[in-house]
Amino acid sequence: MSSKNNPITYWVAVAIVTICALYLIVPLLTQFDFSLRMKRDVLSLDAYVSVFTTKPNAVDPPKFYTSLLFSAGMAVLTIAFSLLVIVPTTFWVNYRLPKFKPVMDLFSVMPFAIPGIVLAFGYLRTYTSPPLALTNTDAGTAFLLVGGYTVGVMPYVYRSVDTGLRAIDIRTLTEAARSLGAGWATVIWKVIMPNLRAAVISASLITFAVAVGEYTLANFLFPDERAFGSYIAAIGRNRIFEPAALTIISYLLVWACVLAVQRIGRGSTQTQTAVIR
Amino acid sequence: MPSRRVSLAWVGLVPFLLFGLAFLIYPASTILARSFIDKDGGLTLANVFAVFEPSLLDAYGASLQISIVTAIGGAIMGSLLAWAVSMGGLPHSVRSVVVTVSSVAANFGGIPLAFAFITLLGRTGALTKFLTVLGVDLYGLGFSIYSLQGLMLAYLYFQFPLMVLIMLPAFDGLKREWREATASLGGNVVDYWRHVGLPILLPSFLGSTVLLFGNAFGAYATAEALTGSRVDIITRVISRQIRGDVLYNPGLSYALALGMVVILVAAISIYSLLQRRASRWRQ
Repeated sequence: MSSKNNPITYWVAVAIVTICALYLIVPLLTQFDFSLRMKRDVLSLDAYVSVFTTKPNAVDPPKFYTSLLFSAGMAVLTIAFSLLVIVPTTFWVNYRLPKFKPVMDLFSVMPFAIPGIVLAFGYLRTYTSPPLALTNTDAGTAFLLVGGYTVGVMPYVYRSVDTGLRAIDIRTLTEAARSLGAGWATVIWKVIMPNLRAAVISASLITFAVAVGEYTLANFLFPDERAFGSYIAAIGRNRIFEPAALTIISYLLVWACVLAVQRIGRGSTQTQTAVIR
Repeated sequence: MPSRRVSLAWVGLVPFLLFGLAFLIYPASTILARSFIDKDGGLTLANVFAVFEPSLLDAYGASLQISIVTAIGGAIMGSLLAWAVSMGGLPHSVRSVVVTVSSVAANFGGIPLAFAFITLLGRTGALTKFLTVLGVDLYGLGFSIYSLQGLMLAYLYFQFPLMVLIMLPAFDGLKREWREATASLGGNVVDYWRHVGLPILLPSFLGSTVLLFGNAFGAYATAEALTGSRVDIITRVISRQIRGDVLYNPGLSYALALGMVVILVAAISIYSLLQRRASRWRQ
């Protein structure tokens, strides 16, 4: 780089990186420090222990585990549902219906126009009364939540899968498989999916990171606060040090997912975000 | 035969179309339709006009203000950081750390982000206390983390990292030859940025800024946990309306949601337009 010889450029760059790094790191460091201060005058992991062991009543397990398990389950269902809906369709559009491409592109930006709160509002007003009273049952409500998350991550999943598909010769692969007698399900599952491994795993990890801590949709669809996001919010209202511990735990969760994505998609410059706010 | 093959090909899209219909189109069209229907089922524009009531306009105003400020602030900060790691001559390891941390921060938000900023800048926050030691009394100066300004600081935490992720490829796409061509024509660094670099980056920059705007405009969880009822942004008004008909007019809540969608659709249209211009310089 020619700019390497220019000391002014270099030091300006150093200053910018330092300021931005402080902005991102200091709030976490102070939060981490605070999470260790539950016991007076000494550093301890008491806040974390409290998070891991506080039970809502005598019989039930700690809310931390039950809510995390619930949201992780929803996240996994979202991964399965979004892949099921998006991978075959994106493959099919690339393979047989390139004319439909602009419509897919349009679909993939539409979620940006409908934020989580509007989605929650729309679902509750649409699916609470007959004939489509999905919110009457847990399964129906969970289906709405998974569908809503899928809408939220669709732009990201679609882009990952589409980029992945364009990097391989789907025509040759598909025709080879078809000529050997493979059905369409076999083509997608045994031929296309293995070639999309990196894209699919990245999309799944980001989906997981986003869905597990999601608050807005989860809290409105399940007002009994059984989601992890709702649990964190409730702890924030009632406790002092535990919210700090939960912030650190949430951050590490996102961190782990992002690191794994980068391990898999080395060298890819694709934007790694699929936010549902 | 070919015509039959094509018609069968469309069948492959049915699952996706059903999904889009159930989770996007149908709920959205419900909001759209009911915005124009009154209590007795007749067509009306009253709901849409009711949005122009001062308290609701204030909520829209606060949302717009926070989204515009954090979009522009985040865009500038993020672009500077993207420039620094792309062209600042820093070691490559700095770049990969910045990309990782930005990816995490861009995906981090919601309730925990609010907690982190309360611990940092709340009345007894770590930075607040630290500044008091230095003789700066933030809260005495009128600052509060539980305000629109405080919320902006928290939003910036996910806004500028997102900008870094979007702008980094744009900076990387600036070709060396263009700089050399400018130099061979007798241009200096200023000429290069003024006539080559910035004009090429501008569509990406503006498009990304619009994306950040949308990112902040729809945000709800952070505001709920940080400022709660102290700052009324439009997503909070809608949240109260979901919990119960606090406006005493169900039709109005549809119109409020519709207003958000209209603003975001406008933003996305601008974004797509700018994106198309930006892609002209990429291969």
